[in-house]
Amino acid sequence: MLQYTIRRLLGMIPMLLLISFVVFTLAKMMPGDPFGGEIDPTRTDPKYIEEMREKLGYNDPIYVQYWRWITKFLQGDFGISTTHKMPASEIIMERIPNTLLLAVTSLVITYVFAFFMGMYAGRKPYTISDHVIAGYNYIALAVPSFVAAIVAIYFFSFKLNLFPYSGSVAIGLQPGTWEYYVSRLHHVALPALVLGLMSTASYTQFLRNDIIENSRKDYVRTARAKGVKESKIYNKHILRNSMIPLVTFLGFDLVTLVSGAVITETIFTYPGLGQLFLQSVATRDYAVVMSITMLLSIFTLLGNLIADLLYGIVDPRIRLE
Amino acid sequence: MSERDVSALLEVKDLETSFLINGKYYNAVDGVSLRVNRKQIVGIVGESGCGKSVMSLSIMNLLPKNISRIRRGEIVFEGKRIDHLGEEELNRIRGKEMAMIFQEPMTSLNPVFTIGSQIAEVFFTHTNLSKKEARQRSIELLRSVGIARPESVVNEYPHQLSGGMRQRVMIAMAIACRPKLLIADEPTTALDVTVQAQILELLKDIQATNEMAVMLITHDLGVVAEMCDEVIVMYAGKIVERADVHSLFYHPKHPYTKLLMESIPRMDREVETLSSIRGIVPSLAQMPRSGCRFAERCPKAMPECKIVTPKLTEHSPGHEVACLLYEESVPVHEVMK
Repeated sequence: MLQYTIRRLLGMIPMLLLISFVVFTLAKMMPGDPFGGEIDPTRTDPKYIEEMREKLGYNDPIYVQYWRWITKFLQGDFGISTTHKMPASEIIMERIPNTLLLAVTSLVITYVFAFFMGMYAGRKPYTISDHVIAGYNYIALAVPSFVAAIVAIYFFSFKLNLFPYSGSVAIGLQPGTWEYYVSRLHHVALPALVLGLMSTASYTQFLRNDIIENSRKDYVRTARAKGVKESKIYNKHILRNSMIPLVTFLGFDLVTLVSGAVITETIFTYPGLGQLFLQSVATRDYAVVMSITMLLSIFTLLGNLIADLLYGIVDPRIRLE
Repeated sequence: MSERDVSALLEVKDLETSFLINGKYYNAVDGVSLRVNRKQIVGIVGESGCGKSVMSLSIMNLLPKNISRIRRGEIVFEGKRIDHLGEEELNRIRGKEMAMIFQEPMTSLNPVFTIGSQIAEVFFTHTNLSKKEARQRSIELLRSVGIARPESVVNEYPHQLSGGMRQRVMIAMAIACRPKLLIADEPTTALDVTVQAQILELLKDIQATNEMAVMLITHDLGVVAEMCDEVIVMYAGKIVERADVHSLFYHPKHPYTKLLMESIPRMDREVETLSSIRGIVPSLAQMPRSGCRFAERCPKAMPECKIVTPKLTEHSPGHEVACLLYEESVPVHEVMK
């Protein structure tokens, strides 16, 4: 398995180079540059702007620019953010903990609800409770997350005052104190609930269907013939088999969640990677856009690798060599 | 009479099991009565679709509850009715007092658990053995069913074993608690011919050493001749003939049994074509309401065969048949007419 992992990791290098080239080209092909929105053209000498463009190398051919960027990137220099006037790496590092916190919390919510609802519906299909769960799933799949987020803010933040509606922590709290951590969790709760409860729908339905399918398998009949309890048949024999396809989802999820739920983060003005990415694209902050994109590409490839490794663990029929 | 009760291990009385098809229930097993004595091997034969498997699954109560149900009859095991037992009480019998092996060894084991843990589960369900003891017993069991290197096989997964080995594992699991009755539903159908012989040999050995009764379901009369004490021939959900193995093979009575015998490939005679029975078993929905269900395909069918339903009655001692060719089978009220 170690050998397999190393081989996969090495295989990522050419892939990442290709991605970097495509990403760079696409970013540069966006109309405009950082000066477009930042500088008031009526009060700045166009000559000066042109001078700055020349100085920053924006007029060079694209392959020259790419080479300059990639060589620096490989040395760990991700460039200076034109908007924030500080290294892109620092800005990103500031945001990562927020995004990870949101990602992990919503993932936990997704899985906990999916397991309970999916197991229950799968064990008692075509009953009223199954239909209620299916009804919820269809609603959650149909409602866009930004609508759900706005509704949630309206009710839980403005009407009921249960959760804060923006930011990641209350102002003025000292990092490291108990209140600080409680406040972080309090801030992450609502966006995480919105994300988690929305994405749990597809998991629940998937798990339910897989459990129903597995409950008709021959090995279930064997277990019954052995005198195994019905609850154990579902919670052990069937669940263990139905977990296998869910691993595929986990691989995708690691990526989408780390990339930050762009829209949810923006609505909650939650300072995560997704929100930063959207801002940076709007201001043509190349250094940040490129760095985040590369980071996400690496996460995507790693997420797939983790999913593949997990397959080998949950399904003994898959041997990784 | 009292002696009879002691020897009977399993008694099925007038069993009717039906399936739900398009909103209506149709009987797949239609009024079957049989008994299996202790230490006896009873063979159940018939073509596919005759209700053999449904009957055996009814005994173990393993049929899918949403589409099937036992409509009538009694299943008595060791003098106790088990057909109306709840899941919990039933689970105390299943796997312990009576066990079952199935046709498909390839899919009958759970793919994600080791062989050892699947055998040990029987012990954890029915006994108080510790993990270590259960493992030790599992290894012994695997050795007793003829698996080489059982110490490593306990740690392997089903996909690492061949079909024959998997069926051996199924047998090991079934006999783990030394059940009094083993139901084997076409245990060799999915296996190679050479492996078939080995598995049958194994079943026979185990039956003798464990002194258990076996209900062997098969469509292979060769297997029956090899293994069984008594034979029950089923057709379209009903028993058409019952006899000890000797008289069935030497004096078959029912035309269906005779035709089944003729379709056995013979090695001692030169034949051009293998004879077969024309037609197929009628589907549940197309089952004739009255008359003999085999009449449609029977070469000796008489006009009354499609009207009068024959009754399973004793023709000669220990030999029962349900066919109008034998006057014993003609229902009493028909004779009086």
